[in-house]
Amino acid sequence: MEQFFQISNFSCGYPGKFILEDINFSVAKGDFVGIIGPNGSGKTTLFRGISGELPSLKGKMELNGTDTKKMGLKQRAQNIAIVTQTIEIGSMTVEEYVLMGRIPYHKQFQFFETKEDFAIAEKYMKLTGVDKLKGKYMNALSGGEQQLAGIARALTQEPDLLLLDEPTSHLDITHQVQTLNLIRRLSRELGLTVLMIIHDLNLAGEYCDSLIMMQEGHIRKKGLPVEVLNYADIEAVYETVVVVRTNPISNKPVVFLVSEEVIEKS
Amino acid sequence: MNSKYLKWILFLAALLVLLLVSVLLSLSAGEIKVSLSQLPQILSDKGSIEYTVLAKIRIPRILMAIGVGGALSLSGVVLQGIYRNPLVEPYTLGISGGAALGVAVAIVFGLNTLSFFSLPAFGFLGALVTLIVVYLLSIKRGGLSINSMLLIGVMVSFVSSSAMMFLMSISTTENLHNIVFWVMGSLDESNNSLIAIAFYSSLAGLVISYFFAQTLNALRLGEVKARHLGINTGVAIKLLFFVASLLTGIAVSVAGVIGFVGLVIPHLIRLIIGNDYRVLLAGSFMGGAIFLILSDTIARTIISPNELPIGVITGFVGGLVFIIVLSRSKSHFKLN
Repeated sequence: MEQFFQISNFSCGYPGKFILEDINFSVAKGDFVGIIGPNGSGKTTLFRGISGELPSLKGKMELNGTDTKKMGLKQRAQNIAIVTQTIEIGSMTVEEYVLMGRIPYHKQFQFFETKEDFAIAEKYMKLTGVDKLKGKYMNALSGGEQQLAGIARALTQEPDLLLLDEPTSHLDITHQVQTLNLIRRLSRELGLTVLMIIHDLNLAGEYCDSLIMMQEGHIRKKGLPVEVLNYADIEAVYETVVVVRTNPISNKPVVFLVSEEVIEKS
Repeated sequence: MNSKYLKWILFLAALLVLLLVSVLLSLSAGEIKVSLSQLPQILSDKGSIEYTVLAKIRIPRILMAIGVGGALSLSGVVLQGIYRNPLVEPYTLGISGGAALGVAVAIVFGLNTLSFFSLPAFGFLGALVTLIVVYLLSIKRGGLSINSMLLIGVMVSFVSSSAMMFLMSISTTENLHNIVFWVMGSLDESNNSLIAIAFYSSLAGLVISYFFAQTLNALRLGEVKARHLGINTGVAIKLLFFVASLLTGIAVSVAGVIGFVGLVIPHLIRLIIGNDYRVLLAGSFMGGAIFLILSDTIARTIISPNELPIGVITGFVGGLVFIIVLSRSKSHFKLN
């Protein structure tokens, strides 16, 4: 399959101080890829490297055949959108917030949004279901609604690559499933390529096309969920005893934790 | 047209009307009353006392009020935007302290007698030195640390006010009087060039700031997220900081220390029309101008023929109005 986003021999950090080293992976268009790994393994740093927030020191990153180093800030923002862990709480309405996604497309010194900007924002508010909330203030929304508004804002950037940093971490299971179903649908219907950092291994296994497992600033394993989510790798990376089985309906891997007390008894 | 834009236009038009009304009020009020209906007649009769009062006193003061009030309020709103901190105003960053110290040095060493320009020049120099010191101390690993800039500004402000108190304690009674008079602030300026500098520089500041209106909007989400939207935040923040500082430096050096405008006016405008910088910048500028015109009119009429320092009025009226509006407002104040 044609590779849409490709990272090769990529290192990023500050001069003299590598934070991520030797990252290699590629993603096909429309793929939904989960990035897993314990705290401090470099998942968020990888996102900071991809978004250009951290200077890249070595290697190459290509999106749709274009070297991202050759992209200006605006062009990068038109191609890569990020939804960070915390959604900005502010006294702005959902519509105002979502419309900010059009800023990368504004010409120099353009003061007002065009009709097209409003139409695009409206389209993605509808798609994410926050169109009913568009007059509400962001700080009056629930955590789940804010997360959806964040996704709507990122989609309004009309990116080729969407980066999601733990979009489900503050949500109950209803909203977790709702959000992930939406992302799954977006990647299928819009051909949107998605990289998502996620802590919940079961959600990662159930929803993602493939997984990348990070450990101490490197990629330990990548592949299909069934290849990555295995007992040996999980125990080595997370230093936790687990049992891996298969979901009888979806046939995806399911990870069970085992408490210390039970381990001692057995 | 989108209803949001219509609301902004109506709001700015209302402010413009209010600005005109306050200009007319300021022209007519004073020890010598000038009837508005006679205004065209008075302006054509250059020999009359009324003409002299208008041309030499009231109109220059109105231009000063627009320049200084607009500049201080605009600096306030810009600095609050780049720092994302509601308590920042031009004076928090130590700029006025630096300007005051510059003026105190000039007076104590007798440099103020050199030319009409030397006091404002030293004030401006003081502001400029402070701003460079604050800026250089805040640079970290190639980037600008916004929080340390704020803290360093506050500390520099303390150091310069201590230095000024030292100078005041060793200066003669006459010099002390000069320093205190300058620190209290006044729109009374006899030199037309200085008035023109204050007026045009503030208008230039308004135009420049509009090039960054959407940048300031993106910064409402924070620096990192603004970068994600394709904004070169590093360059924009530095430029905006310099524009705001220079505007404050010029305003303080011609009019002395007039507090509160940069803090109160942007907040009042935010409470009325919201936080979008495309309307906030012009709104704050006009709001600051109106506020200073009215404050100056009160200052020179309330105990006429004597005059109160304008800082007394801005602090008193501005503070009270702000407290009342804030306590009545249902939505508590938010910046971003």
